[in-house]
Amino acid sequence: MKTDHLITALATDLPTRPVSPGRALLTALLVSIPIACALLIYAVHLRPDIVAALGTVRFDFKLVFSISLLVSAVWLAGRLSRPGAKARPALLAVGATFAMLVAAVGLEMAALPSTAWMPALVGTMAVPCVVLIPLISLAPLAVILYALRSGAPDNTAAAGGAAGLLAGAIGATFYAPHCPNDSPLFVAVWYLIAIAAVTFAGSLIGSRLLRW
Amino acid sequence: MAQSGRNVFHEVALNEREQEWSSQMRAALAGDQTAYRNVLQSLTIFLRSEVRRGFARYGRGMADVEDVVQESLLAIHLKRETWRTDEPIGPWVRAIGRNKVIDSLRRSGRRINVPIDDVIDILPAAEPTEHITERDAEKILGKLNGRQREIVESISINGSSIRETAAKYAITEGAVRVALHRGLAALSKIYRTEDP
Repeated sequence: MKTDHLITALATDLPTRPVSPGRALLTALLVSIPIACALLIYAVHLRPDIVAALGTVRFDFKLVFSISLLVSAVWLAGRLSRPGAKARPALLAVGATFAMLVAAVGLEMAALPSTAWMPALVGTMAVPCVVLIPLISLAPLAVILYALRSGAPDNTAAAGGAAGLLAGAIGATFYAPHCPNDSPLFVAVWYLIAIAAVTFAGSLIGSRLLRW
Repeated sequence: MAQSGRNVFHEVALNEREQEWSSQMRAALAGDQTAYRNVLQSLTIFLRSEVRRGFARYGRGMADVEDVVQESLLAIHLKRETWRTDEPIGPWVRAIGRNKVIDSLRRSGRRINVPIDDVIDILPAAEPTEHITERDAEKILGKLNGRQREIVESISINGSSIRETAAKYAITEGAVRVALHRGLAALSKIYRTEDP
């Protein structure tokens, strides 16, 4: 086929508009957040003292962290799925979220006597945390990866990883109100292990699925 | 001094050209098919020299240049919503061309570790195109399924309109549009997944 012929075909196809990746990502969030929320309420269940917990700084920080991560991951996934788009500002936002967690860990270690560090880190429900966060993330990961297929990432593994980070942040946000362990030490270990696992899975799947 | 002076003109020319692409592409996204055809033609010349440059850098023969140009045009078309109309269009086009060059180098089995920003520099000159080789129509279009192939051929090679094509195959214009769009998406996939 001559290139001029191809251009004729492309111009003729102009009225059929492709899906906008921004809109696809937004739709994916509107689908996956209610799913994660329903899983929290009907399958995982809110912790019994949720109302009291909302008034504590450690519980609130847990939510602030996971929601900040969610927002910055949306930004990152959007950037990484457009050719030539600068990802640095979004990466810095993700980095700032982790820096916030590191700062909280520092404050926690200053607030607690050193004998209390290990118990706070180990917590009481580490295994459910690393199992349930990925489980809650599963449907969001599938929906978000599907949405990013409308994009054109320069690096498919990185875009898949951003999808995984976003799904993991959704999982963390909707697991946190179940989890009785609120110490930043606990979050920094177990939540991050769970989120890292989902990020890795997203990167692995995305590296193949997001080719264009 | 002379060198830096020339670079300034270089930059200006580059910006003017990219601004023209931007405004043509904006018109295209609003439905202007003439503007779209024009911008695709300018981009073809640009992409052709970008692809040559990328191939030359990695010692690849020029036989598949036009394939990669076509692959890039298909990607520009199918992924045009990934360009934000308020952002510069140059980096977007270059990134698409660069990705397709890298894909092609990978497919051809070379072990490469491409320093991304090195593949493609800036402003290429338009080059003569007479010695470009093209896979013949049969070979690439022949991989589409029957109806998609007929419709893509009718519109591209024969230059028929949607309406004429619909009449010829006694189907609705909507069905022609769907088959054309799916055919183009399928072509993009064929380029991507099959060795030249």
